[in-house]
Amino acid sequence: MSVIVVLIGFSLFVAVGFLIAFLWSVKSGQYSDTYTPSVRVLFEDEKSKKEKEIVKETKIKEENKLDN
Amino acid sequence: MATELKTKNQIICYHCGDICKDESIAIEEKYFCCSGCKTVYEILNQGELCIYYNFQENPGISPKNFESKRFDYLDDTLTITKLLDFSDEKISKITFFIPQMHCSSCIWLLENLFKLNPAITSSTVNFVRKELSVKYLHEKISLKEVVVLISSIGYEPQINLDTAEKKIETKSNKSLYYKVGVAGFCFGNIMMFSFPEYFSITTADSLLKSFFNYLNLILSLPVFFYSASDYFVSAYKGLRKKIINIDVPLSLGILVLFLRSVYELLILNQAGYFDSLAGLVFFLLIGKILQEKTYDAMNFERDYKAYFPLSVIIKQNEIEKSIPVANLMVGNRIIIRQNEIVPADAILMNGDGLIDYSFVSGESHPIDKVSGEMIYAGGRQKSGLIELEVIKEVSQSYLTQLWNNDTFNKKTESEFTNFSNTVSKYFTIVILIIAFVAAAFWLSVSSFTAINVFTSVLIVACPCALALSTPFTLGNTMRIFGRNKFYLKNASVVEMMAKINSIVFDKTGTITESGKSDIIYTGRILNTTELKCIKSLVRSSTHPLSKKIFDSIDGSDFFPVTKFNEPIGKGIEGVVYGNIIKIGSSDFVNLKIIETEVDVIRTRVYVSINSEVVGNFTISNSYRMGIDKVVKNLSSEYQLSLLSGDNNGEKDNLLKIFKSESQLHFKQSPEDKLNFIKQLQSDKSKVLMVGDGLNDAGALSQSDVGISVTDDVSNFTPACDAIIDSGQLKNISTFLKFSKTSLKIIHLNFLISFFYNLVGLSFAINGMLSPLIAALLMPVSSISVVLVATLATNFFAKKRGLLSL
Repeated sequence: MSVIVVLIGFSLFVAVGFLIAFLWSVKSGQYSDTYTPSVRVLFEDEKSKKEKEIVKETKIKEENKLDN
Repeated sequence: MATELKTKNQIICYHCGDICKDESIAIEEKYFCCSGCKTVYEILNQGELCIYYNFQENPGISPKNFESKRFDYLDDTLTITKLLDFSDEKISKITFFIPQMHCSSCIWLLENLFKLNPAITSSTVNFVRKELSVKYLHEKISLKEVVVLISSIGYEPQINLDTAEKKIETKSNKSLYYKVGVAGFCFGNIMMFSFPEYFSITTADSLLKSFFNYLNLILSLPVFFYSASDYFVSAYKGLRKKIINIDVPLSLGILVLFLRSVYELLILNQAGYFDSLAGLVFFLLIGKILQEKTYDAMNFERDYKAYFPLSVIIKQNEIEKSIPVANLMVGNRIIIRQNEIVPADAILMNGDGLIDYSFVSGESHPIDKVSGEMIYAGGRQKSGLIELEVIKEVSQSYLTQLWNNDTFNKKTESEFTNFSNTVSKYFTIVILIIAFVAAAFWLSVSSFTAINVFTSVLIVACPCALALSTPFTLGNTMRIFGRNKFYLKNASVVEMMAKINSIVFDKTGTITESGKSDIIYTGRILNTTELKCIKSLVRSSTHPLSKKIFDSIDGSDFFPVTKFNEPIGKGIEGVVYGNIIKIGSSDFVNLKIIETEVDVIRTRVYVSINSEVVGNFTISNSYRMGIDKVVKNLSSEYQLSLLSGDNNGEKDNLLKIFKSESQLHFKQSPEDKLNFIKQLQSDKSKVLMVGDGLNDAGALSQSDVGISVTDDVSNFTPACDAIIDSGQLKNISTFLKFSKTSLKIIHLNFLISFFYNLVGLSFAINGMLSPLIAALLMPVSSISVVLVATLATNFFAKKRGLLSL
């Protein structure tokens, strides 16, 4: 049964990890603004739009090459 | 008829969604209400930022006509260093407060400032607190240019002495979250390690059992020394002032719980009450978080400095430069532009003074001043540029004297004897008596049992329900009020509201509203020339209605007016730019309609151009809609009065709202208002004051509950206990009733906890309190109190229509 001491030590170690993660998340301000990120995530990044277009164009070009 | 016209002819501004007066300001098919909105659109178009309009219809904010000159003080290095959060050789960082942001489009635009000017490296919005932090390269762009850029797209930051002097600190709030995290972590683990104890598993392995117990001890140390520290500090402070506040019995309970558990473990090798200890502290802290949940966007802590400009332009040897207001000396020559506030008492040297003292005295008519006259601090210059000589330093001015009145050293929550503090005093005394009596009784049996019983009583009679019911009920009440745009400074305001028996209204800005919004033109869309003609004609008249029409039309150049005639009580007429224009009553413009309703609230003024009636201006008699109903509702239960800084010209209209003349008090200076409240309070009245917080700040502070009415909740928060959105003023009687309901819910909770304490004490007195019973009773009582508090408040809020079902 004394193996349980090791297991508990390990479980506490994991739990302390979670506690530290929580404290860190508070400290780094993840709870100071809970609204803006939810909006920000919806903004289309124009760079990625342009990249997509470039990717599309290159695909079309490649296809054309293959056809020829 | 009028409404039909309205809906047909309304053009909505593409940028801000306001109603356009005509089609004159347009780009392609997009119409704008003013050149400001058009400019913003052009700026965004150039920066390829028109996605802004995709997130929301007409999201923009119409920029106020600002002059970039107004921000000259931002060139002053002293001011800059005061405002900046951080600066090195290349990058500076600053945080602005921008109350205008209101939707996702705003966020998007403000976070894409770098597209407008690449010298801005990043800009991040905190929408909850309406803040924008900007990083910029200060070699390429100055702070002033940054502010001008943000203002030019309609988001003028609020910069004042207040923001420069103290950055809002959130550290205290964070430490509470740390404490909850630690307490919760320890509570969960201690519960787990107490399982053998709960199931009374008798292991042969005594080593394992004590291992668990010692783990619990180690885990409870951070709870006792860190998480619970606030309670001990507060109790100690209370006792030093000879006050028994709610934290005294709490600390006593926690202390005894800890000491007895340590004693049982180290001496008797028993489990102790570590789980109850951690659970108790955890629940208490959760309650505290609820209680401290204030509205981030509201900064209630403002003083007079918030109204003063940050800097002022002084003239020395014909050179103008701007210096911080704090450095202003007696004898300095200062330059004040239109709409700026005079920062210190001064003598007018040059220019036409037209000073609006509404801010100081409540008198809404500006006063003419000529050279050599004295102008007091707080006056707002209304006509052009003036030059003054300072005769008193900023801090000694009349305004600051008023604001430094003792009443502004606002009662803090700790001195406020609220219900739970009163009860906890008696509670502590009674519990101590019970503990001593029970201990004395058991002494005859054995001294060991006596000490046991003594500590058990203190442990089980923990005032957790006392401590929890108040924050949960009041916190939830505040949340419900907040949803209805009624924001309280702290929870004790709810308790005060329930005790109110007298209500005082301020007139200007409370019962009446001001601004452009109360004049609406309906009819044929007018072109610019026609508008200019109308503006030129009303300019020649001194009638208040003419003035309102004049203010509602943009433009600054005029046509000459000939054959001007003003038959009294009918209207005005004249020839402008070759057009015969008549403005006045329907008879006067020969319109054949019968005014069906004689309306107190609205007045109509008709316009005819070359004997064709083109439309009318509807001018609301600036009383807030529904104010008469509000007053009627309140008059049955409360003693009402009205204070006004103006003369009694409005008396007849006010008598339609208020019952008797004795309730009305005119020509009240801010000091009079303050003294009026004091006088009411000396008659044992609990006074609620509703004002706009501008010229009645002293009275608002003096009153037991000061509510400031505002059209833009985030825009202006003077010294008051609560802020209410002007649209919600009609619900004020509901709010007052609900505050009483909240107190009743708290009383109910006290009964429930009383029952638990009765059960617990019966165990404790008989010396039968085992850790298991304590561990069961304490969380169950806490949780049931929390449940009753939240569910009951929500239920009654729904019943009263404060929460949607």
